[in-house]
Amino acid sequence: MVDIQQPPVDAVLVGFGWTGAIMGMELTEAGLKVVALERGENRDTYPDFAYPRIADELTYGIRHKLFQNLARETLTIRHSPRDRALPYRQLGSFLPGTGVGGGGVHWNGQHWRVLPEELRLKSHITERYGKRFMPDGMTIQDFGVSYEELEPYFDQFERVCGTSGKAGNLNGTIVEGGNPFEGQRAREFPLPPLADVYGASLFASAAKNLGYHPFSEPASNASRPYTNPYGAQLAPCNFCGYCERFGCYRYAKASPQTTILPVLLKKPNFELRTQSQVVRINLDSSGKRATGVTYLDAQGRTVYQPAELVVLCAYQLNNTRLLLQSGIGKPYNPATGQGVVGRNYTYQMTGGVLVFFDQDKPMNPFIGSGAGGQVIDDLNGDHFDHAPLGFIGGGYIGVIQTGGRPIQQMMLPKGTPQWGAPWKQAIKDHYLYTVNVQTHGTVMAHRDNYLDLDPTYRDVFGQPLLRMTFDWKENDIRMTQFVTTKAKEIAEAMGGKSIEVKMKQFGEHYDTRIYQTTHNVGGAAMGEDPRSSVVNRFLQAWDAPNVFVMGSSVFPQNIGYNPMGLAGALAYWSAQAIRTVYLKTPGPLVPA
Amino acid sequence: MATCPRAQAAPASPERVRRGAYLARAGDCTACHTAREGQPFAGGLPVATPIGRIYSTNITPDLETGIGRYRGDDFVKVMREGVAKDGHRLYPAMPYTSYARLSQEDLLALYAYFMQGVKPVRNPNHPTQLSWPLGVRSLMAVWNALYFKKGEYTADPNKSALWNRGAYLVQGLGHCGECHTPRGVAGQEKAVSEQNGRHYLAGATLDNWQASPLTGDRVTGLQAWSKDELVEFLRTGRTARVAALGVMAEVVGKSTQYLTDQDLMAIAEYLKSLPPSHDEGQGHADSARQASAASAATLALRVGDTGMRGSRVYLDNCNACHRSDGSGANRTFPNLAKNEAVNAKDPSSLIHIVLAGSSMPSTQTAPSAFAMPDFGWRLSDAEVADVLSLVRGNWGNHAAAVSRDEVGRVRKTLAIQ
Repeated sequence: MVDIQQPPVDAVLVGFGWTGAIMGMELTEAGLKVVALERGENRDTYPDFAYPRIADELTYGIRHKLFQNLARETLTIRHSPRDRALPYRQLGSFLPGTGVGGGGVHWNGQHWRVLPEELRLKSHITERYGKRFMPDGMTIQDFGVSYEELEPYFDQFERVCGTSGKAGNLNGTIVEGGNPFEGQRAREFPLPPLADVYGASLFASAAKNLGYHPFSEPASNASRPYTNPYGAQLAPCNFCGYCERFGCYRYAKASPQTTILPVLLKKPNFELRTQSQVVRINLDSSGKRATGVTYLDAQGRTVYQPAELVVLCAYQLNNTRLLLQSGIGKPYNPATGQGVVGRNYTYQMTGGVLVFFDQDKPMNPFIGSGAGGQVIDDLNGDHFDHAPLGFIGGGYIGVIQTGGRPIQQMMLPKGTPQWGAPWKQAIKDHYLYTVNVQTHGTVMAHRDNYLDLDPTYRDVFGQPLLRMTFDWKENDIRMTQFVTTKAKEIAEAMGGKSIEVKMKQFGEHYDTRIYQTTHNVGGAAMGEDPRSSVVNRFLQAWDAPNVFVMGSSVFPQNIGYNPMGLAGALAYWSAQAIRTVYLKTPGPLVPA
Repeated sequence: MATCPRAQAAPASPERVRRGAYLARAGDCTACHTAREGQPFAGGLPVATPIGRIYSTNITPDLETGIGRYRGDDFVKVMREGVAKDGHRLYPAMPYTSYARLSQEDLLALYAYFMQGVKPVRNPNHPTQLSWPLGVRSLMAVWNALYFKKGEYTADPNKSALWNRGAYLVQGLGHCGECHTPRGVAGQEKAVSEQNGRHYLAGATLDNWQASPLTGDRVTGLQAWSKDELVEFLRTGRTARVAALGVMAEVVGKSTQYLTDQDLMAIAEYLKSLPPSHDEGQGHADSARQASAASAATLALRVGDTGMRGSRVYLDNCNACHRSDGSGANRTFPNLAKNEAVNAKDPSSLIHIVLAGSSMPSTQTAPSAFAMPDFGWRLSDAEVADVLSLVRGNWGNHAAAVSRDEVGRVRKTLAIQ
């Protein structure tokens, strides 16, 4: 029952965060008439992230003002297919965004690429260690696209973002000061690296002395005033310490608002509709072609928006959910191993080592940027021989000092009382003198970690919630123990007076209460085989050639790095295929 | 595409209509003749003037409510004499006092654009009724006789073609003097060209925005500006050091960003030829950077020393973008050191932006509209006065302190608006 029927458009974008902005720009440049539908509100630097109101940890960091309202729409979570899933009622482990700009507003700006071998992980592991090295139940796959093919698109997205860093591999030549393990770059970063805080430089010295290769983490927090290829400008980051969870008041963090929207929103062939909740992708009678989308507007009216092309840019969780609700692709069944939509859901494995210093070494944690810091990549990917270790994957280690906010970023020794005089004394003793050496690593796909629709719970619109079945598997615990133990060695060499290791243990279950990154990936895996992927290597749905799926939804397993750099590059890569091939000859870009 | 019969004998060529469209942008007709949320040129915008509120009129070619019945010479008469087709006199809020300089050719191109390039919109004019005696429009004849210098622009044969083009644009379509020239007791501009005295473009205050001197003054005028910087400013609303604020941001956004490079260079050529209009005394040799870096204020702010009056306010509100040396960031946040707007005699613009904020325009070549947020909700009159006094008295700035009363006056006006 449709209340309003809109005139048809060439392309409709579902969701308007990073990939929505990228696709909006690309498709309007190709001359298409594009409508973007965003469920949340309009947001811009002024007034929504204006100084000084944005520097309010309670409102934005704790009460999550910029994030999804779980009372209206959430998901259910369980550890295994035998359990009953319950609604995620309080934001904890991951923080889905909403509103114009999506996660691009409140991310940290940690902007990586991908390790070349991670794009063909299954083949690589099979070649190096043999098929049986992957434990039973692990369902990792190849992406179907190579690093060389994506290189220009990584570069393109970094130029749009003004990413600050130092190249370590320029056209095959290893360059001092950069990451010697990275996939090769055609050119240097658009901006030089951010300055190091004291704790980061201590980490770098300690790591170097132990034989590792520290470098500046690539940061989409501008280190200089910058003008990107669209003409949009960024101001330099001033290390205010209010990055992730906050919008940047200073136009220094790359976001859709700072890098793309000043140009895109003015285009005559682009229209943005906010407070428009897409509930279904409509298919024709064959079920093999989308005719448009149905959404609910701010007044709750049902609106049908016909379109030639539908692009899902609604974030990994919502993209998967919409595919399931709309009947695009066969839903995954863990019992049979058949089906594709919802399979290969993975997350990110994190750990850390706190280093407590004496009061002659002030770390000044409040000097924070989203992505500035020193890291090592030596223990990520397959950069070390895994054969004797019995796991695959790895992670980066480093000191990335994002701030010293009093409610959430107070790093105190275990056992410190949570209030009262001893708590205050602990703050006096430790607040200025503590750093965290963090580890950030891979999670491999497993047949029991997947997404489907919940049979019981519904959102405020009456739609079934997405159900997440996920728990840690032994491979990844083994990995994090190895990497975090190495991190401990570096931490011990930093000259602190004591350390404290935070590391997951075998048998430990996934705890949704504790924040551990919003790097949810998978559910709509990309690949070369339609029996194990939802989209082809151009992010085009096998089952509906005029539907494309963006974001980390398409990762068949998670990489060691933060996913946004790869998600952005894949969006530009897919857009290029749409512009140069699909629009001329609509239809499957890859034979099924 | 017009559906109403045209008063003109034959339709103008597309080139003439296009030329008229360009001239209308240069003249910024839309700034007054298009209401907020209104149709282009359909009028209805209330314009606040010192003599009261005047509503702009519908200049679309609508036959009943617009100027659809105007012939070419009717249009010319409005622009050259300030007299409408039905004989009523316009108030110089419609700056015929500047548009009178236009050539016949340009006036007819504008006419062609308004007749053929603009969609007719039915929108009856909102009556403007000022109180007696100002409401008696025929008295404008007296005002015009006393103060209105009629006549098309005539080129100065001793100057280059570029300079003359610049003078033509500035004195005519640009109507820069309407804001930037101080006015006399009867509200007349004290000078209408560089020929009649030091007052031309010497700076004025309207609506709590201080329109800076465009003359060659060192501290408050354009002496330190290169021609390229002027062109950049008019094209993008920003230079490496400064940003357009308040009404000028709108002027850039709606008008000057669309001028050709040649026209922008002509304007720069002309403005840079103007001598100083104020006596500013001896200069300080330091560059802006040297002055700010060496400053005691910088050193104190950098270590969080709040001993200096206004420094706590500066640290809590301004430092995050403008930094402890006032230097801001290249082409994004204005440099406060030796900044002409900061050193203006009349601090009302400064008070205005601290209380209400301001943003750069979004232009074709510089789309990012950087915004300075408003602080009026947070700062008292005393705090605003203190921080502005600090800014005006340090980093090589030597302008007078600002008082609480001055802040209070501006705040009151903003509340009324």
